[in-house]
Parts: sequence; structure tokens; C-alpha cells
Amino acid sequence: MAVLLVYSEKIETARELVAGGKELGAALGLGVSAVALGPGAGAAASELAAAGADTVYVSEDAAFEGWPADAVAAGLAQIADLAGAAVVFVGSTRRGKETAPRLAQKLGAGCVTDVNGLAAEGGELVAARYAFGGATVAREKLTTPVKVFAVMPKTFSVEGATAGAGKVESPTLNVESRVTVVDRRAKEGDHVNLDAAPLIVGVGRGFNAREDLALGDQLAAALGAVVGCTKSLADFEWLGEDRIIGLSGAKTAPDLYLGVGVSGQIQHTVGVAGAKLIAAVNKDKEAPIFAMADYGLVGDLYEVVPALVERLKSV
Amino acid sequence: MDIVVCVKTNPDLQMVRIKNREAVTEAVPYKIGDLEKNALQAAVDLRTAVGGKVVALCLAEGNRKAAEDIKVALAMGADEAVVIDDPALAAPDQAAVAAALAAAVKKLDACDLLLFGEGSTDNYTGQVGPRVAELLGLPQIGYARKVDAADGVVRCVRSMDDMLETLEAPLPAVVTVVSEINEPTIPGLMQIMKAKSKPLQVWSLADIGIEAPAQVREVVSNLAEEQDRKHILFEGTAAEQADAFVDALIREGVLGR
Repeated sequence: MAVLLVYSEKIETARELVAGGKELGAALGLGVSAVALGPGAGAAASELAAAGADTVYVSEDAAFEGWPADAVAAGLAQIADLAGAAVVFVGSTRRGKETAPRLAQKLGAGCVTDVNGLAAEGGELVAARYAFGGATVAREKLTTPVKVFAVMPKTFSVEGATAGAGKVESPTLNVESRVTVVDRRAKEGDHVNLDAAPLIVGVGRGFNAREDLALGDQLAAALGAVVGCTKSLADFEWLGEDRIIGLSGAKTAPDLYLGVGVSGQIQHTVGVAGAKLIAAVNKDKEAPIFAMADYGLVGDLYEVVPALVERLKSV
Repeated sequence: MDIVVCVKTNPDLQMVRIKNREAVTEAVPYKIGDLEKNALQAAVDLRTAVGGKVVALCLAEGNRKAAEDIKVALAMGADEAVVIDDPALAAPDQAAVAAALAAAVKKLDACDLLLFGEGSTDNYTGQVGPRVAELLGLPQIGYARKVDAADGVVRCVRSMDDMLETLEAPLPAVVTVVSEINEPTIPGLMQIMKAKSKPLQVWSLADIGIEAPAQVREVVSNLAEEQDRKHILFEGTAAEQADAFVDALIREGVLGR
């Protein structure tokens, strides 16, 4: 049986891909196998075998330390050959998204990245992803013998996944990376759970300085909301990674998402598309966030937010 | 150091309208992508630091004015520009784009560092940089927010989930950049005038010695999602807008429960 191969360096994403792969594989006549790479990957391999993958290919080769794209793409290509993979799912994390196209190029495969929905239609996989900066959803299929899909975290759910007892194999791989890690350190950050928050204030680059985020905190406090942010604020280390909403962070579904100084770039807004109500404060009337908002406050956040905080006192 | 910056021109998304759920791009002007401007600026900054040359390389992809639009890259400080314009590549998939760019880089024959934006403004697939790296057999570093190069080595700082990484690769190498890397300068009149006399070549597929690559992807549909947002924009002073918004939230049952 041809194989649907799944891989993510993040175990929770890999488990989702196994669960989603099993469902789609059943419709396409593909068995599901998984890959775990890097020092210490043995534990992930056992977990994926128990999560329903038929075979888990594991390698703890030192070249996979830090998951460099060149080595991971080479390793995955070798395993795809070995396993007889017709389809490869890679978790569309930052690391996965830089690896999947390189893997596809090695395999002579078509590739779709940032996939947020997959369906088996007429014996073929059709992948959905945002296009035109998020204005549209492109549904794409691939015409190559091997197909690579980089699938966003949380596209599939592990709920209701059946346990399995797959086997674990350790193939010999020929891999090296020409990228060396000079330094790797954890970012500073606090901890918050955006997935469960009923009200979210999202802050973005409209804030001029880190200390100005106090305004966002005051607004969140007045609303009883949790603060989330765009990726760039976490990149600036103004807020922790666990506050990121969007492609590389939380996909939320609150009763209200209120974006403040958020322009509405798709990398962020994919994480709030499921909100019951979307509102935004932005000084640019043409900001894309207003195109997807229920309510828009057009003005300088440094004036609008204090006015909102004041008004909320009397609610 | 010879730096090649791969630049895509996109329809100006601010001007793309949705009609019957379809994006209308006719008569919409193209412009160089935001992240490519970051990549151009990074290249110009590197050249200023270590010397060398910056070439802006653009695949027209159906933009009939690409050779005009790329002059912005020259005004931003690129020394030369090359546009690959061929009717066979009017609507290429990412594999075809990568094949054309890789062939053009080989023809340029001098490239120590190949820079890309981490994704294009319109579709943001992030595929082309890694595919070109594979085609040319080069190491790749994605998502750089700082790039330095010296003594045959590129050193980048990048942010990956909860980690900050400093990575090195031997040159030649492919690096993709994120918007945090710099603030691209807006060219002044002098730079725009100067750009007019800089070398600009237009190449066909025959010039780069490849045939039109086969399509590996089929777009089944590309439509706006049906959404029923209210699109109510408040007007007035900050206090008036705050009033109206809070009233709306109470009506919606979000507040005052």
C-alpha cells in the first residue's frame, strides 16, 4: 500500500497530522507512517506509533539537531523513498515551512504551504490556503506523483483519534547540514492560554514603544480580556511567544477579538477568523483589518483606547 | 561580495477588489513586495559594509510593466537589474519560478549571497527561496532578522518560535529575511533619476537556457470566503466612537452580562 508520510518537529503537530492523515488516507487508500528526527526523537517515535502511525521512522542523527532545513529535507526525502510515500504532510511551523519546499524540490514534487484545510475529492487531495493576502482562499491540487503539503498546526484535531500499535524503524540515513548553530537561546516570555479566552485584545505594530503596551493591558483589564499579539511584537521581544495569534501562534475563536494597532496581515488574522465578533482600532481607514471586522473604530489608538477604558468604567 | 536579490512584483493588494467572490486584478498596478524591499535594503547595507555589487532579479510573472517596476530596486540602491519576461511564464507555479530564477542565477555567474523575502506579499508561500537553494545545492537560512557576511561566511540571527538562533553558513548561501530586519529607505528624486542610467536587462527563457517547466499545481478555485461581518465603521471623536462601540458590545451580549 502506498503511504502518506507525516512529519513535524513539534510532537503535538505530528500527532494532529497522524490523526488527519489517517482519516484522509482511509479515503485515498493510503497507509499512514510518521517520521521523528533529532537527538531524543525516540520518545516522539514511540508516541506516534501509539497514536496510530503504522510505521514510525526515527533517526537521532546529530545532523538533525535544531532541525536545519537542508538536513531534514534530505532525511525526509530518503525516508519518503524508503517508505514509498505518495503524499507527505509536514507541519507548517516556521521550520516546517522552510523545509517542505526543499523536500518537494528533491522529490520533484509539487507543494502547497500554509494549508489550513484538506479534503479528499474524487480520489485526490485538495488543499486550501489563503491567497491575495488573505482576501481569498485558493483550493489547489498537485499533479506530481509525490505531493508535499505543509499543513498548519491545529488544522486537524486529535480528539477521537484511535490508539494504535505501530512499529518503529531506524533507517540509516545519509545526511549533513552546512548550517551551524552559533547560539540558540530561549526567548523571554510569560504564559497565557489564548485558545480558551472568551475575549481577546490583539496588539500590533501600531504601538510605538514597548511601554505603550500598558494601554493595551488597561483596555484588556477593563474588558476582562486576555492580551494577544501579532508575531512581530514577539519578535521584538515586547511580548512572549505564547501571546502570538495567527499562523505561527494561537488559532482562537473568542466571542470578541478587538485588534488594536493591528493592520490585519493575514499571518495574524488567520488566528482570529473564527471569532464571533471582530472589532478593530486603527488610524488607517484602509487597513485590511477593517475589511474583516464587524466594528471599526477609526482613529489614533493613543486617543481611542483611553476613551474606551474611560467608557468601560461605566458598564 | 556579489549579492543577488530575488524580487517579485505583486498586484497592489490595497487596490485589489473582490467582485462576485473573485479577486479583480485587472488594471491593478504591481509593486515590489514588502519583504523583497527588506531583502534589497539588507543587500544594499551589506554592500555598503563589505563592498561588492547588488543585482535585483525579477521574474515578470505576467506583469507587463515589470521592467519599469523593477527600477524601484535600482533607486533603492541595487547596481543592476535583470527581468526574466517570457509569455510561457505568465502564471507560473512556485516550482517553475524557482527553476527560472535558479537558471538566471547560474547565468549571472557571480553570486555569493542570494537573498529573498520569507514570502511574497500576495500568496506568501515561502517556497521559492528553499526550492532555489535545493536547485543550486546551497545551504539555506530562513527568517533572518540580521544578516552579516565576512570571510566567506554568512551569519544570521533569526527568531524561531520560542528560540532566538544565531546561525552560520558558508557562502554561497540562500537567506530569506523577515520584516524586522530593517526599515527600507524610500528613494528620493536623485536616486530615482540615477536609477535610470543603471544597467537593466530583460531575458527570455531562451536567454537562460531552459524550457517552460511543467505545471505541478492546479488551482481548483480561488474565491473570497463567504463571510457575514457587519463592516460598521464608527465616526466621530474618540469618545463618540467609544460610546457607540461599547453600546454595540452590550447589544451583542458581549458586555454587561
